[in-house]
Amino acid sequence: MIFTIAGKELKTLFASPLAWVVLTFTQLILAFGFLKRLDDFMQLQPQLIQVPNPPGITELVVAPLFSTIAVVLLFAVPLLAMRLIAEERRNQTMVFLVSAPLSMTEIALGKFVGLVTFLLLIVGITTLMPLALLLGGRLDFGLLASLIIGVALLAACFAAVALYASCLTAQPLAAAMIAFSLLLGMLLAGETAAEGLRGRGWQVPAALAQVLSPLKNFEPFGKGVIDSYAIACLLLLIATFLILTIRRLDAARLRG
Amino acid sequence: MAKIMTDQAAEITVSAQGLSRRFGAHTAVDNVSLELKRGEILGFLGPNGAGKTTTMQMLTGNLAPSSGAISICGVDLFERPTAAKARIGYLPETPPLYRELTVREYVDLAARLHRVVKSARTAAVDDVLARCGLTAVAKQLIGTLSKGYQQRVGLAQAVVHRPDVVILDEPTIGLDPNQIREIRGLIRELGANHSVILSTHILPEVESVCDRVQILHHGCTVFSDSIAGLKQFHGGRMVLLGLRHPPAVSELAAISGVARAEAASETVFRLSFANGSDPTDELVRRAGRESWGLYQLAPAQSSLEDVFVHLTQKEDQS
Repeated sequence: MIFTIAGKELKTLFASPLAWVVLTFTQLILAFGFLKRLDDFMQLQPQLIQVPNPPGITELVVAPLFSTIAVVLLFAVPLLAMRLIAEERRNQTMVFLVSAPLSMTEIALGKFVGLVTFLLLIVGITTLMPLALLLGGRLDFGLLASLIIGVALLAACFAAVALYASCLTAQPLAAAMIAFSLLLGMLLAGETAAEGLRGRGWQVPAALAQVLSPLKNFEPFGKGVIDSYAIACLLLLIATFLILTIRRLDAARLRG
Repeated sequence: MAKIMTDQAAEITVSAQGLSRRFGAHTAVDNVSLELKRGEILGFLGPNGAGKTTTMQMLTGNLAPSSGAISICGVDLFERPTAAKARIGYLPETPPLYRELTVREYVDLAARLHRVVKSARTAAVDDVLARCGLTAVAKQLIGTLSKGYQQRVGLAQAVVHRPDVVILDEPTIGLDPNQIREIRGLIRELGANHSVILSTHILPEVESVCDRVQILHHGCTVFSDSIAGLKQFHGGRMVLLGLRHPPAVSELAAISGVARAEAASETVFRLSFANGSDPTDELVRRAGRESWGLYQLAPAQSSLEDVFVHLTQKEDQS
């Protein structure tokens, strides 16, 4: 059932121009950044050879590319997710799902899986850019795998937050704005709090504050480190916002 | 076989006891109960804002009642919501259509979500498309269809999984007369093997389609009986009498067998007959003898309307 709903979400997403516009422009931005860095790398290469143990192309070109994906997702996910529930409410189609023999959990997870699949498509297409480098060179596959895992978790985290925002209102644009504010707020709050606390030498509260900031948790993946604490933080955020969404949907039945 | 048939005919498909729903201080539905047997069509009647839609939302699990119990074919809607919902097909007031899907994709999605097994799905979808007259537009996007066709798609979505209970909220609103006739035909067809609850404020619709009628007003049930009972309640037949040179209304009312007479216009009178009497012959004779200039004698179409006005206004006064 979850996959049926996810399939429906993907189908309606691709039936609207939004999905195509987002795909086109994210690829344009990412490709531009990628080529620019590649160009810089080619110019730097003669100097790099003289350095002992120089950083490779994966570190200098591919890792920044994935950081750009993270930033692009921060803007794209609220736009893609705003339709998920808010638009169904506005078009009065939510009844279709609620009247079907489905639990709210299935509805929420179905929509979540649908959105994450679309986001993974963006990540997948973007990954083709570094893979093209294999034509003339070598890649650090360990680092690449770490980057892919990290950005996938990050995308899922953004999706969960934006899905929650989407069930708070019947206005898609308001949902997008709420999602964007939530994400940005979490990033800033987590970051600032973690820095401040660490500055005073409070390591444990600092680590706790880090839970809030999805981008902070993405950092270790960018260095090729699969950090179990960062993974736990991201999973915790995903689970929290999914549970909030399910509870909110259930409450809508009671409130009317 | 006959035994099984009668058992099925008596099977209770919907049972709702003491449903109430409050929105803050406002009580939208107050202690409404209803019961429906297989093969019955129940007309849910009431003015706008009477609580029809709220009741239907509760019956389909879209809205939790403040108090009361609902069971669908013996399955409690609150204890086992998915099992109960699997037996319901619901067409809300605004059909919940995804405009960007084709008719076929959408009806297929409805079948999937209602857990129609894969092997039977194509046949079920084909069948319902044919029954609702949608085969020709199966590949069109729902957004490009006319309102009448969209309403049919909404109906198809509600019955594709062959539910025991079909709940339709004002299914003919906004349609032209031909489309209304078609949809009514479909509903009557549905009534043969499903239980149907139909909400409307169009009176002839209830008369032509339903077996039983329940009238809501201000969230309360003010009447619940069969169609025949409804007419009986009103007290016999009514006729419209057109006279070119009419006598005084009191003279008409004095004719034996006439319970009540009132002037609908200068030359048209509405007469209701007392129970069991038929003064038509007497009327015609008097009209001829006293040169009233009889030009019209027709059964009054608005009998249900009168009952309705009578019931709901009585409620307002008390």
